[in-house]
Amino acid sequence: MTLIKTKFNRRSFLKVSTAASGGLMLGFNWACSPPTEIAKKQAPSAWFEVNAYLSIADNGQVTIMSPNPEIGQNVKTSMPMIVAEELDVDWKDVIVKQAPLNTDVFTRQVAGGSQSIRQGWSSLRMAGGTARKMLINAAAEKWQVDPETLTTADGVITNQNGETIKYAEVASMAAEMDVPEEVELKDPKDFKIIGHGKGNVDLEEIITGKPLFGIDTKRDGMDYACVLRPPAFGMKLKSFDAAAAKNVNGVRDVIQFGDKVAVLANSTWAAMQGKKAINADWEADSKLEDSAFHDTKLKELLNKDGGEVRRKDGNPENQFAAADEVVERIYESPFLPHNCMEPMNFFADVTAEKVELYGPIQTPAGTRRRVAELLGRDESEITVGMSRMGGGFGRRLYGDFVLEAAEISDKSKKPVQLIYTREDDMTAGIYRPAIKYKIRAGLKDGKINAYQLTEAAINSNMYGILPNNFPAGALADYEVVNHKYDSNITTGAWRAPYTNFLASAEQSFLDEIAEMINTDPVQLRIDMLEKAKAGFAPEGNYEPDKFIGVIKLAAEKANWGNKEEGVFKGFSAYYSHNSYVAEVAEVVMERNKPKVTKVTVAIDCGIVVNPVGAINQAMGGVIDGIGHAMYGDFAFANGRPQADNFDNYRLIRSSEAPQVDIHFVESIESPTGLGEPTLPPAGGAVANAIYAATGKRLYKQPYSKQDITLG
Amino acid sequence: MASITLKINKKNYEVDVDPQTPLLWVIRDHVGLVGTKYGCGIAQCGACTVHLNGTAVRSCSLPVSSIGGSEITTIEGLSANADHPVQKAWREHDVPQCGYCQAGQIMTAASLLSQNANPSDKDIENTMNGNLCRCATYNKIKDAVKSASKMS
Ligand code: FES
Ligand code: FES
Repeated sequence: MTLIKTKFNRRSFLKVSTAASGGLMLGFNWACSPPTEIAKKQAPSAWFEVNAYLSIADNGQVTIMSPNPEIGQNVKTSMPMIVAEELDVDWKDVIVKQAPLNTDVFTRQVAGGSQSIRQGWSSLRMAGGTARKMLINAAAEKWQVDPETLTTADGVITNQNGETIKYAEVASMAAEMDVPEEVELKDPKDFKIIGHGKGNVDLEEIITGKPLFGIDTKRDGMDYACVLRPPAFGMKLKSFDAAAAKNVNGVRDVIQFGDKVAVLANSTWAAMQGKKAINADWEADSKLEDSAFHDTKLKELLNKDGGEVRRKDGNPENQFAAADEVVERIYESPFLPHNCMEPMNFFADVTAEKVELYGPIQTPAGTRRRVAELLGRDESEITVGMSRMGGGFGRRLYGDFVLEAAEISDKSKKPVQLIYTREDDMTAGIYRPAIKYKIRAGLKDGKINAYQLTEAAINSNMYGILPNNFPAGALADYEVVNHKYDSNITTGAWRAPYTNFLASAEQSFLDEIAEMINTDPVQLRIDMLEKAKAGFAPEGNYEPDKFIGVIKLAAEKANWGNKEEGVFKGFSAYYSHNSYVAEVAEVVMERNKPKVTKVTVAIDCGIVVNPVGAINQAMGGVIDGIGHAMYGDFAFANGRPQADNFDNYRLIRSSEAPQVDIHFVESIESPTGLGEPTLPPAGGAVANAIYAATGKRLYKQPYSKQDITLG
Repeated sequence: MASITLKINKKNYEVDVDPQTPLLWVIRDHVGLVGTKYGCGIAQCGACTVHLNGTAVRSCSLPVSSIGGSEITTIEGLSANADHPVQKAWREHDVPQCGYCQAGQIMTAASLLSQNANPSDKDIENTMNGNLCRCATYNKIKDAVKSASKMS
């Protein structure tokens, strides 16, 4: 066992009343066990809160609070699994409940950057471990023995005489015990829950259609609200006439706020119809941009001197000058909307006494702060409840829709459920910015002797860490330069920010270089990583051995070296969000068109907490990456988005999704995230496989629009 | 406004709505069964799929006035104990990620199996192609539909 000091915020262990009974516990998730098993169990009559994360009932059931927002990344299952492991209970006895926002007792209640598990790992383990220790101490006091002599398993404490006592029997006592200064955590080899696949705790509700999502919220006296927003970026509201809207059956109120007009109604449909009936005049208040303009701007920037140097190793200029050949390629990507299947929505009830917010949000704490500022209220008056989210992908990091809901409720003095139509969702987005990269490599004596990456992006540039991603660390003469163009189109994080396209570009580039210097693409990467290992250049932000590990594993599982008739393979590997991923995409030609049939994936993300959920995340990331690289396109004309629904915006569908085979590197290291890291390598793997099949290099996403044979 | 009687999950519901209202919103907002989801409103994503006399339809694009006496089944009424073969298969494969599209996927799959007990891979692909899943649970959906077809 590992001895770890409890480094908790003490308040997380403030013992609330020992018998928090009944009422509080309604609305539980019974999904951990099939319904029939639950029925057999007697309903609990008392619950004992041992700490903020967990309560134990007198019938042996354990409630574990899942602190972080659930966007489909499965933390509502995997985070409680970590608590249950250290508490040492049977997973069948666990009920999971979504915790509301509570910054006093929980740390980082955010869904973003694939960090929930990585950053929650220690506190979740300690929450379980500390509670276990308190239960042991309670049993020791009861038996009058040394706590060190007691052992636990599946919610039962055993003493040296073989006598046993259940957690439930000492839970009330444990809840009164002092919080231990130190706890012993399990050795990973003793894990019984972590590393063993557990089904999604919300599965029963999902497959029977129970209200789970923000959009399902219904309260007494509530109005549904739809909002008319400026039709183009750069436009503002000049005037509007709401007479026709007010005549729509079911419409109750029309309210202007800022440049927007909200229609409140007794149903979503009536609110939507009312919104359509508003006659509004708009006027430009800043530049109305279009995609052709962005194209020109970004290309200009790529060729401009200056820019911000984000990393520079050695002397690339000299090396370029000394190269036998300099290869230069430009890679281009469009804006992308997030398109969560559940459109943006939020519930707000603003009254003189309090502000209640409930719904799908990835950043509850930050959003509460902004609502407090907007309404001039104290944060202590505001509660935020988190619903399950029908996808996040970064869009729900931005609480713009929560602020809208709060403002509408404040102005109308009614509880309000704000709903975006799909068109609103797609056209009032916070998009993945359009980005172009110019990559140059010097080739000398069959090796890369200089490397320069130039980025030109709309609004914002890659985070500080990205210039240290591979191939940084593997090339002595290496440089990363940024440029940006400030646009009035709103942009932000989109699943695997920046690397979602950067990896496609670099991994395609390396494939082309490998061919030019007659090296196998897998071998090229391994050679480069060996150099990184040997300290050939200033360090990158990855561990070369782990990187080589996934590259070799993917190559082996995909039979990389073996040629198969009619099957064309492409390789790609990327390290992001603290996880290592390598992918081999396979393409076959069907009626003269390449079709991606299979992707073999190798992942090193440390300990895999829940293999079932991990596989889902990895499959989703790969197919998502392929879908957007192949089809995702989003253009603007005069500031207006040119796509607004799924008839004119193409998402990958079932028949286009390849089979994804996933292999995890066995590890006993602390887990890292999985919501994002499998996405970045996917685009490059596919581009390289399509090249193998067709002889055509792809430089611009979406690939399906570059060549009709890909459509 | 018109008073309309709907037969949903074997129960009658009386609603007073604009006859043009799509069935989806009547089910969700007026009847209060929110398992059926809104994704696009234009018959492109399948999130709103329900059964009309046993056949999968997109409820977002059907005015409530067109339903007449047809039997409507929603995800809530697919089975009494969450034991429809498709639900069982979904449990077995742990299909959902965010879960939002899943009611529509399940209703589409259930309708397919009621019409074609032994669908080929191509049949499954063709039918399920109308249902978008932004989380890309497509691999698991195919596997689960196959498992369900073996159960029934
Ligand atoms: S909401 Fe009906 S098909 Fe999308
Ligand atoms: S599970 Fe999230 S959209 Fe399908």
